[in-house]
Amino acid sequence: MADSIFNEMYDDGRVRPPYARLEDWVRAMPAALRAMKQAEAEALFRRIGITFAVYGEGGDPDRLIPFDMFPRVFTQGEWLRLERGIKQRARALNAFLLDVYGRGEIIRAGRVPARLVYGNEAYEKAVVGFRPPRGVYSHIVGIDLVCTGPGEFFVLEDNCRTPSGVSYMLENREIMMRMFPALFREMRIEPVDGYPELLRQTLASVAPARCEDEPTVVILTPGHFNSAYYEHSFLADLMGVELVEGADLFVENGLCYMRTTEGPRRVDVIYRRIDDAFLDPLCFRPDSMLGVAGLMDVYRSGGVTIASAPGAGVADDKAIYTYVPEMIRFYLGEEPVLRNVPTWQCAKPDDCAHVLANLGDLVVKEVHGSGGYGMLVGPKSTRAQIAAFAERLRAEPGKYIAQPTLALSACPTFVAEGVAPRHVDLRPYCLVGEQTLLVPGGLTRVALSEGSLVVNSSQGGGVKDTWVLAE
Amino acid sequence: MLSRTAENLFWIGRYMERAETMARLLEVGARIALLPSVGHGYRSEWDSLLQASGTAAGFAAKYGDPVQRNIESYLFFDRDNPSSVASCLERARENGRIVRTALTSQVWDALNTAFQELRQLERQPRSELDLGRMTEWTTRHTAMMRGAIEATQLRQDGYDFLGIGYNLERADNTARLTDVKYYVLLPRADFVGSGLDTFQWTTLLRAMSAQRAFHWAYGGAFTAAKVMHFLILNPACPRALITSAKATTDHLDRLAQRYGQATTAQDRARAQLDALRATTVEAIIDEGLHEFLTRFILETGEIAQSVHDTYLSGEAR
Repeated sequence: MADSIFNEMYDDGRVRPPYARLEDWVRAMPAALRAMKQAEAEALFRRIGITFAVYGEGGDPDRLIPFDMFPRVFTQGEWLRLERGIKQRARALNAFLLDVYGRGEIIRAGRVPARLVYGNEAYEKAVVGFRPPRGVYSHIVGIDLVCTGPGEFFVLEDNCRTPSGVSYMLENREIMMRMFPALFREMRIEPVDGYPELLRQTLASVAPARCEDEPTVVILTPGHFNSAYYEHSFLADLMGVELVEGADLFVENGLCYMRTTEGPRRVDVIYRRIDDAFLDPLCFRPDSMLGVAGLMDVYRSGGVTIASAPGAGVADDKAIYTYVPEMIRFYLGEEPVLRNVPTWQCAKPDDCAHVLANLGDLVVKEVHGSGGYGMLVGPKSTRAQIAAFAERLRAEPGKYIAQPTLALSACPTFVAEGVAPRHVDLRPYCLVGEQTLLVPGGLTRVALSEGSLVVNSSQGGGVKDTWVLAE
Repeated sequence: MLSRTAENLFWIGRYMERAETMARLLEVGARIALLPSVGHGYRSEWDSLLQASGTAAGFAAKYGDPVQRNIESYLFFDRDNPSSVASCLERARENGRIVRTALTSQVWDALNTAFQELRQLERQPRSELDLGRMTEWTTRHTAMMRGAIEATQLRQDGYDFLGIGYNLERADNTARLTDVKYYVLLPRADFVGSGLDTFQWTTLLRAMSAQRAFHWAYGGAFTAAKVMHFLILNPACPRALITSAKATTDHLDRLAQRYGQATTAQDRARAQLDALRATTVEAIIDEGLHEFLTRFILETGEIAQSVHDTYLSGEAR
C-alpha cells in the first residue's frame, strides 16, 4: 500500500508547482529556527486560548491540538472543482431535508428507503410540514473529504448539524501569516478571513417571516464547560453578535427574547451549537437545563429561525450517506462531482456477509458513531481484534457500515527527524442561505504518527493551515 | 449587553479585589504575629483575622487550632475556602473565560497569566514559598489587571460593571479590615493610644500600602482619629470608604445615563456618599466605630442587591 500513497507535494518524484516555493522555504529553515517558530506558534495558541477539541471529542479543555506549520496547498483548478462538488452536495442535502419533511418525493419515487428516513432517530416529527425560511435546513454544511490521487476526492461524511472546527481554519491562518509573512507576500494565497461576516450574512438572510427590522442574530452555546466553547465565543466575537446560553433566552407573546441590562431584546436568528434534544424542554427533553421553554412553538410560527433547523441531522447519518449521489441526481438533475466511498450496509444480509468475509481489508464504523471511536481498521488490526469485532457485528449488524481502506493522500509534515509525509483529510465549511457560499479553504487534519490513518485530535491528530492559490 | 455578561464582569471585579484583600490580610496577620503577645496572645490574633475574613468556621472545621502555616494555606491556596486567593483568582479567570469577548486581549492576558502562574506556584514546595513573596505576587497581578482595564477597556457599560464590582468589594473590604483593627484586635479599651494600638494601626496602613501616603497626608504621629479619617473620609486615600463610594456612584450614574433610566441602586449609592461627605470622625466615634462600619457594610450589601435586581438578574423590563 505504501507505494501507492499519493504525496500531495510530489508527482513522479518532481515537486508539484503549488509546493515549489515551500520546498525552498523548508530547505532554508534551520532546525533551531523551526523549533523556535513551533514554540512561538504554540505560545500564540495557548495565549489566545484555543485549547478545545474539534468535533466534540471531549477531553481536557486546556489541551492544545498540535499545529503543524507545513501548509497544505491546493491549486485554483483543484479548488474550483472541489467547490463545485461541495456546493452541489450542500444544495442536494438541503433539498432532501425539505423533501423528507414535506411530501417525501424521493421516498415515493423509491430512491431512498422510507425506513431509513422515517425510522431514523434524527428524524424530527415536530417539524414535519414546516418550511423554514428560504427552505434551508442546514446553513453550515461541513463535508469531510479525503484525497487518494491527483484530483481524486472522496466524501467521507457529511455534517449537517453544527460542524465544528472552523475557528481552527481561521486561527491557523492568522498564526501562519504572523509567523511567515514572506510566504504570503510571494505566494498568492486566497484569504479565508471573510468567513465570520459571510456566516453572519447567511444567518441574517434566513430571518423569520415575522422579523421586521434588521435581524438580531445570536449564537446559542451549551456553556463554558463545553469543549467547543472557545469556538462559540470566537465566532460570536468576529461576527459581532451575542453569545447566549439557554437561560439568557425566554419566550413571551410568541416571540423569543434575550435578557439584557436594558431589558428584553428580541432575537430573530439563533445559530445553535446545541443538539436538537436540548433546544426546548417542552418539546424534547423535559430534563434539559440547556434549552428555552416554548422555543419550538415560536419557531414553527415563524417568530424565530433556528440554524441548523431542528431535524437537519437526518441527512448526515452514515446510513443515509450512501444515498447522497442519488439525491444529487434526483433533485438537481446533475451527476455528482465528488464521489462517495463505496459503502456496505451491514443491515443488508448480502452486504453483511461480504463485510464479515473481508474484515481484514475494510474499515467498519458505527452508523451513529463519531470521533474515530468504536471503529475497526482491518489492515491495522490483529486477528484477535478482528475476531472480537466480528462478534459485535454479527450481534447488531444494523449498527455498522463498512468501507474499503482508502490510500489516503499524505502531506509533508514537520516531525522530529525533519519533514515526512503524513495522512490528511479536509473539512470545508459551506454556507447556505440566500446564496450558497464557500470560502477558499477549510480545516486540514493530519495523522501525526507514521502510517496512521486516524486524524481525530483525540487520537493523535493535528491540524494544518489549508491554502488555495489564486490564479 | 446580556445581563449574564454584566454579571460575570461584576464578579470579575469583586473576585480580583477580594483576592487582593485576602493577601493583604495575610500580611497583616504575619506582621502582628511578630509582636510579643499581649492579652490573649498570638493565637487569638490569628483567630481575629479569620473572623474578620469570614473564614473562621471553615478553617476550624478543617484544621482546628489556628496555626500560622495552616492559616496561610487556607487563606492563600485552599479551594475549600471560597475566599482564598487561589479560589478568587480561579473564579475571576473562569468568569473572564465565559465573557472572553467582553474583555480586551490585554485584560484577558493579565487574568490568564495570573491563573497560569498560580498553577506554577501551587506546584512548588510550600517550604520554598514565603508569605511575603506570595502577597507581593498577588498584589502585583491584581495591579496588572487593574492597569490593563484602565489602559485598554472600552468605556462602555462593561467597564462600569467591572468598576462597580471592584468598588463595592473594596468598600466592603476596607470596612472589614478597619473593623478588625478596632473591634477585634485590641483586647481592652485601655489599650487605646498604647504602643500596641499604634503598631496595629501602622500594620493596617501597611496592609493597605498606605503607610507612606498617610505620612504625606497628615505628618506627625499616628492617632486613631487621623487613621480613621484617612481610611474612611479622606477622598485622597485610594482605599478610603468615601473614595470607593464616589467611584460606585459615578459608575451607576453613567449607566443610568447610558440606558436612560434612573435606578434605586443609584439613589442608594448617592445617599451613602452624601452621608460620608456630611459626617466627621467625631460623629463616627460618637456612634461607635464598629456600629458605623457595620451599618456601612450593610448599606453596601443593599447597593449590591439593587445592582443585581436592576441589571444582572435579567428580570429588568
